[in-house]
Amino acid sequence: MTPEEQDAHKRARRGRNIALALVLVGFVVLFYAITIAKIGGS
Amino acid sequence: MTSAATPVPAEWRDFFALTKPRVMSLVVFTGLCGLLAAPGSIHPVLGFTAVLCIALGAGGAGALNQWWEADIDAGMKRTAKRPLPGGRMERTNARDFGIALSVSSVLVMGLAVNWLSAAILALSIVYYAVVYTIWLKPRTPQNIVIGGGAGAFPPLIGWVAVTGDITLMPVLLFAIIFVWTPPHFWALALFVQTDYAKVGIPMLPVVKGEAATRRQILAYSLVLFLVSLAPWWIGGTGMIYGIAAVVLSALFVVLSLPVGVRRSGEDDRMKPEKRLFGYSVLYLFALFAALVADRLILGQGLSS
Repeated sequence: MTPEEQDAHKRARRGRNIALALVLVGFVVLFYAITIAKIGGS
Repeated sequence: MTSAATPVPAEWRDFFALTKPRVMSLVVFTGLCGLLAAPGSIHPVLGFTAVLCIALGAGGAGALNQWWEADIDAGMKRTAKRPLPGGRMERTNARDFGIALSVSSVLVMGLAVNWLSAAILALSIVYYAVVYTIWLKPRTPQNIVIGGGAGAFPPLIGWVAVTGDITLMPVLLFAIIFVWTPPHFWALALFVQTDYAKVGIPMLPVVKGEAATRRQILAYSLVLFLVSLAPWWIGGTGMIYGIAAVVLSALFVVLSLPVGVRRSGEDDRMKPEKRLFGYSVLYLFALFAALVADRLILGQGLSS
């Protein structure tokens, strides 16, 4: 693997990790909001 | 060692492209309209969750569709650059991503909203990914009619997310999109040169010819006229929807008439077909917007 390819690898993996982190944080917030909504509704 | 042996890992954009984001805009809109038009109320957070789950489920089904059709997509110009045929992603990754999205959307819908809407969401994903994509699309020239069924689920799911039960009204919303899809798609198929024939997908214009396609466009638009008025007739909506449906659907029939009876000549510009296709998109948005306006302004209508 050339250094350029290694860089491309790293960039792609980093982008995916950030995207996944954002999705997970989003789910945490969503589940918190759902829980509050459910408690308030009953 | 060659670079081909170590492919670059797929970027997040490729995963996003697997969900067919442009199809999703219509899914989100009709799902939201079903939710807003339903009698009763839903907590805004849960309503948001319901629409999100409908979108995630549609994205999962889209990813599974592209996993299965990677070979077909590779053979067509329009789809050859998608992540899988473009060689930017491994096939099993698309499959696992599609399954993960589908399962999580159904589970969240069930836990946060209700299990009936979750069950219908699961049914719609299986319907699109298995019944349509794997089973019937490669086998029948009526494949678009069957595919339309998949696109018709969102307003039904949105409605059931609020009410928790299935009545005639949400089924009619399903029927409207179901009947709308064939003339919408076949109008496009008449003026866009597709290479479906090359990859063995039996699209109606290719298999049964142009004349039969035109006849069916007209026939479906007449059925659409009747189906779109049904919610008003049964008393499920008020005057706002009723008048909007009469005007919008009559115009749909008027634009379908020239498409239905004419034959295209050499170097045909296909103006009537393009006009009908453009209008069909506007039609669906306007009709569902009228449905929501009717509910919000008049607030009347039966829950049945």
